[in-house]
Amino acid sequence: MSKFWESRLGVWSGFAAAAAVLFGLAPLLLSGFRLGLFAQFICYAIVAVGIGLAWGRGGMLTLGQGVFFGMGAYLMAMHLKMADAEFRGGPGAVPDFMELAGVRELPAYWVPFASPVFTIAAIVLLPTGLAVLLGLAVFKRRVKGAYFAILSQALAGAFAIFLIGQQSLGGFNGLSYFRYFFGFTLNDPVNQRMLYFITAAALLVVVAASLQLRRSRYGELLVAVRDAEERVRFLGYDAAGVKVVAYAVAALFASIAGALFVPVVGIISPASIGIVPSIMFLLGVAIGGRGTLIGPVVGALAVAFAQTALSEQFPSAWTYAQGLLFVCVIALLPGGIASIPAVAGRIRVKHRPEAVEATT
Amino acid sequence: MDILVGQLFTGLSTGSILLLAALGLSLTFGQMGVVNMAHGEFIMAGCYTAYVTQQVVGGAGVSLLIALPIGFAVGGAMGLILEVLLIRRLYHRPLDTLLVTFGVGLILQQVARDVFGAPAVNVTVPQFLRGGVEILGTTVPKTRLFIMALAVVAVAALALVLRFTPAGRRIRAVVGNRDLAETAGISSRAVDAGTFFIGSGLAGVAGVALTLIGSTSPTTGQSYLVDAFLVVVAGGLGRIKGAVVAAVALGALQSVFETYSTASLAKVGVFVVIVVFLQLRPQGLFTLRTRSLA
Repeated sequence: MSKFWESRLGVWSGFAAAAAVLFGLAPLLLSGFRLGLFAQFICYAIVAVGIGLAWGRGGMLTLGQGVFFGMGAYLMAMHLKMADAEFRGGPGAVPDFMELAGVRELPAYWVPFASPVFTIAAIVLLPTGLAVLLGLAVFKRRVKGAYFAILSQALAGAFAIFLIGQQSLGGFNGLSYFRYFFGFTLNDPVNQRMLYFITAAALLVVVAASLQLRRSRYGELLVAVRDAEERVRFLGYDAAGVKVVAYAVAALFASIAGALFVPVVGIISPASIGIVPSIMFLLGVAIGGRGTLIGPVVGALAVAFAQTALSEQFPSAWTYAQGLLFVCVIALLPGGIASIPAVAGRIRVKHRPEAVEATT
Repeated sequence: MDILVGQLFTGLSTGSILLLAALGLSLTFGQMGVVNMAHGEFIMAGCYTAYVTQQVVGGAGVSLLIALPIGFAVGGAMGLILEVLLIRRLYHRPLDTLLVTFGVGLILQQVARDVFGAPAVNVTVPQFLRGGVEILGTTVPKTRLFIMALAVVAVAALALVLRFTPAGRRIRAVVGNRDLAETAGISSRAVDAGTFFIGSGLAGVAGVALTLIGSTSPTTGQSYLVDAFLVVVAGGLGRIKGAVVAAVALGALQSVFETYSTASLAKVGVFVVIVVFLQLRPQGLFTLRTRSLA
C-alpha cells in the first residue's frame, strides 16, 4: 500500500486525485462563499507545507512563520491598495485609508508597489532574503533547538508590534478593502472562483516542490541534519547551509500563502500574524503528521475547518480544544494522525510474545 | 544629567520587571533544557492571586504582603503539577515540551477568561506605595522601587538557596551533570520537581508584583513571556548571573531605543541587537561549562 504511493504511478495518481477534488469536486459542491472560505484554508495549508519541511524534516521549530506570511500579505496588500488608489485618483493618488488619516503625500516606499512585477518580485525575494539572512546568522553560529525557536518567536512578536506602530501600513487595523486584483474586480463571483483556482494550483505546486525536495539528495541531507547534525558536519557537509535552505523555502511558501490570503480574505492586520497565530500554524502540522508530505496539508485544512465550525458557536470550548490538541497530539502522538497505523502496529507487535523487535 | 539618571532608572525598572519574569524561567530552562511556555500563565496566575487576595482581605497593604507568599505557592503548585503530569514524561523532547506547554498556557488563559472574564481587572495600590521619591533630581514611582527591591530580594534569595542549602547543591549538581549526580545518589526526578516548584513560584511572585504597575487580563502573562525568554537566551542557560545582567542590559537598551525612536521600533531594535549578540556569544553571556556534545 505505502509502496504504491511512493512509486511514480502512485505519486501521479495522488496528484490527479487531489486535482480532481480541488478543481472539480470542490467548486461543484461548494457555494461561492464556502469556496472563498476553502481558499482561505488552502492558504493556511500552504504555510503548513513549508513548516512540515522546516520542522518535520529539518527539525527547526519555526514559531515565527507569521512573519513571512505577513510580509507576503502586506506586500500584496500594498499593491492592491495602490492599484485601487490609481483607479480612483489617477497615478500618484493616496490610498483611501491614508486619505482618511489626512496623509496627502504618498510615502516613498509605497511608490514602487504600483508595479505588479515589482510586487511579485518583492513577495518572492524579500521574505526569502530575510530568512536566508536570519538563518545564516543563527545557524552558522550553531544556535539551535529551543534557542532558535525562541528567536523565531521573538521575531514574530517584534514584527507584529512594529506593524502596529506603522500608521502608513494601517497600524493596528491593518490593510483592508481591496477592489481589484491585477485589474480584475474582486467582488465578481467569476473572479473569486478564479482566485480559488489560483490558490488551489499554488497548493499543488508547493506540495510538488516539497516532494521534489524530499526526494532529492538534499532531502536526505536535511533529515540527516535533523537527526545527527554533528555527524553530518564531521562528514564535511555544510549543515548550516542545509538548514538555511529549508528555512528559506518555508519562508517562501508562507509568503506566497500570505500574498494569496489578502485577495481571498480581503484583510490583513497585525492580529493575524503575531506570536499566537504563528504558533497556531503549527497545530495542523502536528496533528497531520509533521514529517509527512500530505499530513500538514490535511491537518491544517482540518484545523481551519474546525475553527470556522466551532469557534463562533463555542469560542471558549474551541480554545480549550486547541490547547488540549496541542497537549495530546504532541505528547501522545508526536507523529500525528499519519502515525496511527504505525503506532497501532507497534502495540500489536508488543503484545505478541514471539515478536523480536518492533520496527518503526 | 537629569535625563541620564531618568534613563538609567527607567532601564533599571524595566530590567527588574524583566528579571522577575525571567528568573524562574532561567532556572527551569537551565535545569532541564525545557522551554516552559506556560510560565507566562503562571505569572498571570500570580496577578489574579493578588486580585483575589485583595477582594478577600480588603486592605491593599496587608493583602499585597499576604499575596506574595500565596502567589509563590499558587505558581509553584501549578508548576509542580505541570512537571509531574507532562514535562517529566517529555524529558527527551525539549521542542515538543515547548508546544505542549503552549497548549497548557492556552487552556489556562481560557480558564482565567471563563473565571474572571476577558476585561482587565485592577488591584489597588497600597497607600505606602503611592506617589514617588525624589532621587538625583528625578521622581521615581514608589511601585517601581518596590519591584526593584523585590527583584533584588528574589535574586539574593535564589542565589543563597542555590549556594548554601543542600537542596541548592543538588540542583546545581543536576544542572552540571545529570548522570553523575544520579550516580552520586541524587534523585534527579525529585530535584526536577523541586526546581520547577521554585521556578514557577517565582513566576507567581512576579505576577503579584506586576499588578502594582499594570492591570491584569488573561493575556497578561503572554506579554511578558517573550521578553523573558530573550533575557534567558541572552544571559545564558541556567545562569542567574547571566539573567541579571541580561535583564538590566535589555531593560536599558529598550528604554534608550524608546527615547530615540518609537516603542514599536524599540522591540525590533532589541531583537536585532540580540541576534547580533548571539553572533559573538552563541551560548549567551555566561556559559556553563559542560562536557556534553549537544
